[in-house]
Amino acid sequence: MLPTAIIVFREVLEASLIVGIVMAASRGALGRGLWVSGGVAAGALGACLVALFAATIAAAAEGMGQELFDAGILFAAVGMLGWHNIWMSRHGRELASHAAQLGNAVRSGARPLWALAFAVALAVLREGSEIVLCLYGIALGGNGGPLAMAAGGVIGLALGIAAGTAIYWGLVSIPMRLLFAVTSWLVLLLAAGLASQGAAFLMQADLLPALGSNLWDTSFLLSDQSLAGRVLHTLIGYTAQPAGIQLVFYAATLLVIGGLMRLVGAGEHTASGKPRGGSAVSPAE
Amino acid sequence: MRSSLLAVALVLATAAPAFADDPVVTITLKDHAFTPSEVPVPAGVKVKLVVSNQQPTTAEFESHALHFEKIVGAGGQATVFVGPLTAGSYEFFDDFHKDTRGHLVVK
Repeated sequence: MLPTAIIVFREVLEASLIVGIVMAASRGALGRGLWVSGGVAAGALGACLVALFAATIAAAAEGMGQELFDAGILFAAVGMLGWHNIWMSRHGRELASHAAQLGNAVRSGARPLWALAFAVALAVLREGSEIVLCLYGIALGGNGGPLAMAAGGVIGLALGIAAGTAIYWGLVSIPMRLLFAVTSWLVLLLAAGLASQGAAFLMQADLLPALGSNLWDTSFLLSDQSLAGRVLHTLIGYTAQPAGIQLVFYAATLLVIGGLMRLVGAGEHTASGKPRGGSAVSPAE
Repeated sequence: MRSSLLAVALVLATAAPAFADDPVVTITLKDHAFTPSEVPVPAGVKVKLVVSNQQPTTAEFESHALHFEKIVGAGGQATVFVGPLTAGSYEFFDDFHKDTRGHLVVK
C-alpha cells in the first residue's frame, strides 16, 4: 500500500500543482472548469495510451524515441503556457478591472483557455503514464494484492490533489488586481522550468551538448529528492546541479515569453493612457 | 533566423561525434540491484551508459546529478548519454524502486 501511495503522490503532485496554478491564473474566466477538467481527462486517457505503447515509443528514433517524445511534450506545454501569458498581457488588465461585469465575462470567452487545457493535458499525460507503468510493475511483483494497491493509489491521489488545491486557495486569496500579475509570473517560471527539463532530455539523447554537466551543486541546501525540492522543481524548475544547456533554455524561455509579454502589453498600456517602461520597446526589434 | 540556424548547426556538429568513439559502459539491473553498483568512468569525456533491465518489471533509470530519466521495460535495454563530467561520485537509481541505487565514480 505504502509504495503505491508514495509513487502516486509524487507523480500526481507535479500535475496537481500545475492544475492549481492554471486554475488560479484563469480565475473568473467563463468555462475554465470545463476546459481544465477536459484537459485532465484527455491527459489521463493519453497517459494510458502512452503506457500501453511505451515500448514502441522507446524503440523509435534509434532508441531515443522516449526522449524526443518527452521533450516534444514539454516544449509544447511551454508554447501553450507562453501563448496564454502573452495573450493575457494584452487583455488581462481589462479583464481584471471589469471582472464583475457580465459583458466582460462573456468577452473573456475569446481567451485562449484551450492553451491552458492543452498544457494541463500534457502534464497529466506525462506524469500519468509513469504512474501506470510503475503500478503495473508493482502489480506484477504481487506486493500486497489489488486491494492494498487501490487503497495506496487513492491515498496518493488524494494527497496530491490536496497539494494542488492548497496552492490554488493560496493564490486566489491574493486580491484580484494583483492575481494576474502573480499568476503570470508563476506561469512564466513554470514554463522556463519545463523548457529546462526538455533540454535535459535532448542532452540525455545526445542531441544537445551539456555545456557543463554540473555548473554548481546546491544539494546541501535543498536536495532534488526532498519534498520541497520536488515542489520547487515543478514550480520554478529547481535543480540542485544544473547543466549549462538547461540554464540556456531556462533563460531563453524567460527572455522570449517575457519579452513578448512586454512588447504586446506595451500597446495596451499606451492606449489606456498609462505608458510604462515597456512602451519604449519598438515592435521592430 | 540565419544566426539561429547557424546555432542549431553548431550544436548538432558538437553533439554528433558522441556516436563515434565515446566510452560505453554497461550496467545490469537484476533482483533490484545494479551491477556494478560503483561504475568507474573517465573524467572529461561524454559517456554512453547502457542499462540492461533483467527483471520481470519495468524500471526507470534516473539520476538528478547526471540529468537523465528513462523507462526501461522488463528484459529491455536503454541508452543514455552523460557528461563530460568532472571527478566525483554521481548517484543514479531506479525511480520505481527507490532503494535500488548506484554511483558513477568519475576519475
